[in-house]
Amino acid sequence: MGYMRGSVWKNVDWWTIGLYLILVICGWFSVCGASYNYGEPNFFDITTRAGKQLMWIGCSLGLGFVILMLEDRVYDTYAYLLYSIMILLLFGTIFNPHEIKGSRSWIVLGPVSLQPAEFAKFATALALGKYINEYTFQMQRTRNLITVLGIILLPMALIILQKETGSALVYLSFFLMLYREGMTGTVLFSGICAVVFFIVGLKFSAEIMPDEMTSWGEFSVLTLVILLSAFLAGRYCQRQSPKLAAYIFGIGGGGTLLGALFSNYVIPLNVCHLQLALCGGIVLTLAFFYLRERLRAYFYVILFVIGSGIFFFSTDYVFNQVLEPHQKIRIEVLLGMKDDPAGAGYNVNQSKIAIGSGGLFGKGFLNGTQTKLKYVPEQDTDFIFCTIGEEQGFVGSALVISLFMGLILRLIALSERQESRFGRVYGYCVLSIFFFHLFINIGMVLGLTPVIGIPLPFFSYGGSSLWGFTILLFVFLRIDAAREK
Amino acid sequence: MERNYDLEKRKYVIGGAVIVIVLIFLIRLLSLQIMSEDYKKNADSNAFLKKIQYPSRGVIYDRNDKLLVYNQAAYDITVIMKEITELDTMDLCQTLKISPEFLRKKFRDMKDRRLNPGYSPYTNQVFLTQLSAEDCGVFQEKLFKFPGFYIQRRTIRQYTYNAGAHILGDIAEVSKSDMEKDEYYIPGDFIGKLGVERSYEKQLRGEKGIEILLRDARGRIQGNYMDGKFDKAPVAGKNLRLSLDIELQELGERLLEGKIGSIVAIEPSTGEVLCLVSSPTYDPRKMVERNRGKNHLILARDPWKPLLNRAIMGTYPPGSTFKTSQALTFLQEGIITTQTSYPCFGGFNFRGLHVGCHGHPSPLSLIPALATSCNGYFCWGLYYMIGARKKYGTVQKAMNTWRDYMVSMGFGYPLGIDLPGEKRGFIPNASVYDKAYRGSWNGLTIISISIGQGEVTLTPLQIANLGATIANRGYFITPHVVKEIEGEQLDTLYTQKRYTMVDRSHYEEVVQGMRSAVLGGTCRGANLPDIEVCGKTGTAQNRGKDHSAFMGFAPMKDPKIAIAVYVENGGFGAVYGVPIGRLMIEKYLKGKLSPEDEVMATEIQNRRIDYGIHER
Repeated sequence: MGYMRGSVWKNVDWWTIGLYLILVICGWFSVCGASYNYGEPNFFDITTRAGKQLMWIGCSLGLGFVILMLEDRVYDTYAYLLYSIMILLLFGTIFNPHEIKGSRSWIVLGPVSLQPAEFAKFATALALGKYINEYTFQMQRTRNLITVLGIILLPMALIILQKETGSALVYLSFFLMLYREGMTGTVLFSGICAVVFFIVGLKFSAEIMPDEMTSWGEFSVLTLVILLSAFLAGRYCQRQSPKLAAYIFGIGGGGTLLGALFSNYVIPLNVCHLQLALCGGIVLTLAFFYLRERLRAYFYVILFVIGSGIFFFSTDYVFNQVLEPHQKIRIEVLLGMKDDPAGAGYNVNQSKIAIGSGGLFGKGFLNGTQTKLKYVPEQDTDFIFCTIGEEQGFVGSALVISLFMGLILRLIALSERQESRFGRVYGYCVLSIFFFHLFINIGMVLGLTPVIGIPLPFFSYGGSSLWGFTILLFVFLRIDAAREK
Repeated sequence: MERNYDLEKRKYVIGGAVIVIVLIFLIRLLSLQIMSEDYKKNADSNAFLKKIQYPSRGVIYDRNDKLLVYNQAAYDITVIMKEITELDTMDLCQTLKISPEFLRKKFRDMKDRRLNPGYSPYTNQVFLTQLSAEDCGVFQEKLFKFPGFYIQRRTIRQYTYNAGAHILGDIAEVSKSDMEKDEYYIPGDFIGKLGVERSYEKQLRGEKGIEILLRDARGRIQGNYMDGKFDKAPVAGKNLRLSLDIELQELGERLLEGKIGSIVAIEPSTGEVLCLVSSPTYDPRKMVERNRGKNHLILARDPWKPLLNRAIMGTYPPGSTFKTSQALTFLQEGIITTQTSYPCFGGFNFRGLHVGCHGHPSPLSLIPALATSCNGYFCWGLYYMIGARKKYGTVQKAMNTWRDYMVSMGFGYPLGIDLPGEKRGFIPNASVYDKAYRGSWNGLTIISISIGQGEVTLTPLQIANLGATIANRGYFITPHVVKEIEGEQLDTLYTQKRYTMVDRSHYEEVVQGMRSAVLGGTCRGANLPDIEVCGKTGTAQNRGKDHSAFMGFAPMKDPKIAIAVYVENGGFGAVYGVPIGRLMIEKYLKGKLSPEDEVMATEIQNRRIDYGIHER
């Protein structure tokens, strides 16, 4: 590995550092806005949240500097050690007697309280990088895959035990890295299908089509299954002449359409039964071709159709039996099935009001009424984006989102230019974590994703999260700076 | 490290996913922040507690600075639904003396967005209005038991005199349509509904003040928004001084007791209306507080129609009072001179047409014709005018010339008095007759309009204005009831002279005729010993008994008052019109009635006309 002492400052990616600094400064102003109470602004007072955040920012910059000065090989060398320490720490935190807001994830050391979960991401990313970088590693090898999953799932499980479900879900973002490293796309595809089927199926399950027999949710999901099976058959089974796909598309889609029309205008019947029959037909046809041509792709499409059906019809059971009541309500409110602005939907409703009232240019720094008057809960942590939306308007919010997009795209570029697999894996881990936080946090504030309590990187108040993200980012920058060229 | 280009392509999938998600967020932001105003309103209604400060409404004086309408404290009860925690409805009903059904209906109506478009459970909603100080005191003591309820101080109107209800008008809670027309109003506001309260609403109401308070998520007040930068102090309404003489008005209402009719008096030099009596009338004091609705309904259902302001809304045949306008027209057009005489033997007889008249010498010239109110004279005049083909060419042109004269005297269109609902009366033109008689008509066909009968109708105000025009010898100023608005100029409409098409000299001749009617003609009853009164009676035929009318002014040389009296079904002009006119003139010019006239006034006050109420 080529590495030249003294050339760190020349080699380090200043674009990323610039974006980082802009985001951190914007973040500090947002914390000022969100935590400001009427009266004289005293943002530099160490007892206020703004003052504390300034201190965290100072520490972070110091931390970043130190990381850049360290040797890059340190991370590769001590990856497993760091990971082990973090696992132990997480394990210890489960038995932490101090509870903050029903969560045991905080370790209190005198005046400072730290959240090990924020640092565990970094350690896990390093461990993943190191493991995947091993010469013998192959994604398709079951033993390797299980180890990778173990590295990811162990901290996740420990964090769930600390009752920090939100932070635990962040580890799912590593699948994006795994996808880049060669994990078959089927996993991601199935995951996205599962989420879409779940959401669409649930959201519209109670809405009935005009024939008064068919549920929109069921109908939409089954239509999707039929169309996707046609697409998959065309894409993977008969690439040269997708006749079969055309037949599936024509008979399945056309049959569904005719069935829906017939049911609505002639004799009402449950179109879903027809669709299930069509699915059965597709499965039988594919099975016939599978047996004749012995092509594995047919088998996978069959698996997709049957799996989708089983998954979809079991969601009802999962939703009603497995999920806890507060999670159920959160999902129902998120999906717009329940409109309850005073109850569970309060947070999201108020945050939408805050953002919506910002208009094009916003109300101006410290002039937001929704945030000043504490209508939005958690407004300087998880819901801090409200402050930007209200006070800086569309222009400010779009700018912040674009900055994040710029950062993530830049990180993709940086990861791709890594010479070591270790660097690339680590880079993808970092950008996946940022992407996941951005997607869930802003989606939540905008009322698009479920209310999952995870912070917005560099913006949300709190030392642990800021340090965690700084370490993640700067370690990657240090690794990147060590490349040859 | 070996490169796997197939896998490297996946960076585009991942980058694409990032861009797609960011685009979705931007679209969502756009729809939240730019496309919809609802969130802004929501945030405002969350954070701003707008406390409205009501200005005091302008008070109203008469021309002699007597206070007519003033404000009295009253209390509204408002409620913020979100703040109600536990409501003891029984206790609330007992305290406010309302029934539980009423309470339920009130809440239901309040939440009905069709009736109350501005409803929000977070803002103050009007619950009850116009409680008296005593009722409110009881409630105030128990206020702590009813969280969410507030008391707001308001004022209600009070009236010093039981007179002038039609002119003063009243105020009532704004209706939905009021709120739609003017965004200034919110539910619970008051607006002038009738009279000057309505026509001068903008001046009287002043401007509401507003205090914008900031309220946090727990409902605590966090001080004034932007340190009160957007707060507004209420601006008090402007006071009005009417041209009305309230004592004259009272006398007029007294004299018309038990009769249907009106009296209008105008100061000719200014166009100021001195009294505007419409009978039957009602007590303005009944139209305040919470009883207004009930009392208004009773009045609206009364077959005598007391809510109708007959002085400006009643249109009547003017009868012989109209002859003065005919004389002026004929003189100006050169149809007659003062020397012209027409024969009249018991009326106008020509080609089988007969218009009756009473006994008097014949032939007559203009002044005695006016004095004796000769029908024949004016019939001939109109006959010759409409028939003057050499002058006008066609009857149509003659007719429209005549119409132009009438319009110049203020007939046929609303005069423009500063009260709502004035009627225009009716002055026919050629096309009206062309339509009615299919083009085949002449002066004889329409002869009755010359004596104020037939198609012609005027409002009592227009008749009084005719008097004022003659008193001014050729012009009038649009009659108006408001003399002064505090700190504001009167509309120029009420200060400009409007000249008729007739020369001043011709007016002098008509004045002579009206003077001799008082001295030795039909108006002898209006002759006051030391005032030179000029007058003209009117006896308007109609389906029932004749209407009794009088039009006059005094003194002749320097007129201070012009008057019209119109009593429905009162018989001859001399029966009601003349004596009432006399008493009104005497009262205004002398300040009081002589003892004999006081007796006469009481006698007229007690006289009743049988209208057979079932016919109305």
